Amino acid sequence: MTQMNMIQALNSAMDVMMARDPGVVLMGEDVGYFGGVFRATDGLQRKYGEHRVLDSPIAEGGIVATAIGMSLNGLRPVAEIQFADYIYPAYDQIVSELARIRYRSGGDFCAPVTIRTPCGGGIRGGQTHSQSPEALFAHVSGLKVVMPSNPYDAKGLLIAAIEEDDPVIFLEPKRLYNGPFDGDPNKPAVAWSSHPRGDVPDGHYRVDLGVADIVRPGNQVTIITYGTMVHVCMAAAEKLGVDAEVIDLRSFVPLDVETLVTSVKKTGRCIVVHEATRFGGFGGELLATVQEECFWHLEAPILRVAGWDTPYPHAFEWEYFPGQARVIAAIQATMEAS
Amino acid sequence: MRSRLHVPRPPARPGEAPDFSYVAISPAGSVARPDPNAPLTETESLSKDMVRVLDDNHRAVGPWDPHLAPADLELGLRHMLMTRIYDDRMHRAQRQGKITFYIKSTGEEAVSVAQCMAMRPGDMLFPSYRNQGLQIARGRNLVDLMCQVLSNTRDMCKGRQLPVMYHSVEGTLFSISGNLATQFPQAVGWAMASAIKGEDHIAASWLGDGSTAEADFHYALLFAQIYKAPVILNVVNNQWAISTFQTFAGGEGRSFAARGPGYGIPGIRVDGNDFLAVYAVTQWAAERARMGAGPTLIEHVTYRAAPHSTSDDPSRYRPKDDYEHWPLGDPIDRLKAHLRALGEWSDEREAVLSKQCEDQVAAAWREAITYGTLTDGPQLDPESMFEDVFKEQTPSLARQRLQLAQERTQK
Repeated sequence: MTQMNMIQALNSAMDVMMARDPGVVLMGEDVGYFGGVFRATDGLQRKYGEHRVLDSPIAEGGIVATAIGMSLNGLRPVAEIQFADYIYPAYDQIVSELARIRYRSGGDFCAPVTIRTPCGGGIRGGQTHSQSPEALFAHVSGLKVVMPSNPYDAKGLLIAAIEEDDPVIFLEPKRLYNGPFDGDPNKPAVAWSSHPRGDVPDGHYRVDLGVADIVRPGNQVTIITYGTMVHVCMAAAEKLGVDAEVIDLRSFVPLDVETLVTSVKKTGRCIVVHEATRFGGFGGELLATVQEECFWHLEAPILRVAGWDTPYPHAFEWEYFPGQARVIAAIQATMEAS
Repeated sequence: MRSRLHVPRPPARPGEAPDFSYVAISPAGSVARPDPNAPLTETESLSKDMVRVLDDNHRAVGPWDPHLAPADLELGLRHMLMTRIYDDRMHRAQRQGKITFYIKSTGEEAVSVAQCMAMRPGDMLFPSYRNQGLQIARGRNLVDLMCQVLSNTRDMCKGRQLPVMYHSVEGTLFSISGNLATQFPQAVGWAMASAIKGEDHIAASWLGDGSTAEADFHYALLFAQIYKAPVILNVVNNQWAISTFQTFAGGEGRSFAARGPGYGIPGIRVDGNDFLAVYAVTQWAAERARMGAGPTLIEHVTYRAAPHSTSDDPSRYRPKDDYEHWPLGDPIDRLKAHLRALGEWSDEREAVLSKQCEDQVAAAWREAITYGTLTDGPQLDPESMFEDVFKEQTPSLARQRLQLAQERTQK
């Protein structure tokens, strides 16, 4: 076990996989010599050489397309898109190609590509460095989509993603890179060393895709969330003193329906929390799934807490961000409903 | 025999001696100036050579000399110096925690300033995020620019954009995007519309060497040539895109200007730190566009003297003293030396100009911060974030606005 922040855990996952499998190659903008703008690939080019950690042209569509080609020829590429906000030039390659190669070839070809990309706000990134596009990928059949909320899960999930024979979109909440964040920007930053999930095994281990994590057991209300919002929801539940069960989804596709349904059948109340815009967000899918499975157990309508349906504004980051107050208001509303 | 993956490398990394032997430099005045309406074959060498006007003795020589009056040269110098001082002040403001982020254009001022001066006021400019010289040469009020950078109550973007992402409707400067190269084909579309409407305004756009890797760069060249759009497409080859060296965008042994002829567009490679040369090639391209002869691709060979942004540390990927060895020098120093060679400059005039620029920037900053900074003074109303998503606010946005208002009163 070693104390790691999320960047170090991701780096360790790639290191472990590159050592185990000579087919694992990394590519992306600034990832090689420089080690990535967030340092996630720091030292890996020195260790594995320029043919396995490729600095790429600034062409997201080109990065994903060539990663697909490499995967068709036996490699297992891990592509980094510097910010999720920059992934859209690659959207056609992801949606029309990467997601469907297995299907359209009757299972004869597959493209085991992992696309890592930092997402989410909280770093004063404005509308071009803050987006949470998980729903845009989860909606596409053929893509697995995950988002860790801590270093332990980040490493285990990334290893599992690289080992997957299907393409995986791996979203990294960048506000969590250096420490857990409870939604209060005025508090001093907290390091991962203060958090139990900052203890990370040095070697190989997996956190399987499709398994949600109950990060706080409780009986009165279920809070389904993921990424940065896991920590905000934990803090909100503590502050309110409510016996809330907080579930860290970790994986959108595949979705761990059983864990969600078991919890809501127990508590009878549920809120869904994400940072992404509310309209058409992944919360809608969660809400529908829970409603279909748990309708006769529900004591109150299921509520959503989310970012507003606007682009992420630079000056109003904290008014946009669904902080503890918004989460607490929703918990209270669902607890008061009968 | 077996294949071998080629991975380009920059000529020098940290700790190594800077090496710019890869930069092919033509002697000043040596490149012929074809007619702006000349067929492609007569322009093809322009994409390989380098148009330069200022010689080693700081004289303007050769067929590209635009013969600018000393007053125009001094105005160009003033805009460039103002841009540099403005950049330095904003950079300092970021370090002082007054603003969140900044991007300097140090060393590249001639590109924006000379080009803006060589175009007409109604011509539409689609800048990248490193073209503040365009804003300054277009006469934008420094206070307005600073208010954008501060995201304060007078911010033209109403607090929605990162610093430096300016725009101006009256200044015909399009809204800057944080996403790369997107503005390039948009400028082509603007120019196509100008031609459709039979107007004589032209468009121009800028991007960096690294951004030419994006598909949008190629869309721009393709559409511009097919429709002979009246547009000037500029690649500012400042050698670095964060840590990505220009060879990773195709600059290894080839010029970016040479992308043009492949699409049927004249490509001109110009000394981007030579104010007169940049002015001259822009004038040529503008004339060509206005006569209906079509687009021009210009590669400005320059150097990004500053970090990519306040979030970057170039000492991790290039020699610390790289810029000191840059063979094309500094655009401001070179124009000053030229004015001196003309007998139009002196230490006294330089001191006066510097002081005027410094004072103007300082006064503008004092005024701008009275409209608020990130932490102090008047603040924008957060509820304004729900405006401008659409022309008319949807009922759902109105509900969210109300929800935010309640959240804020409960605090």
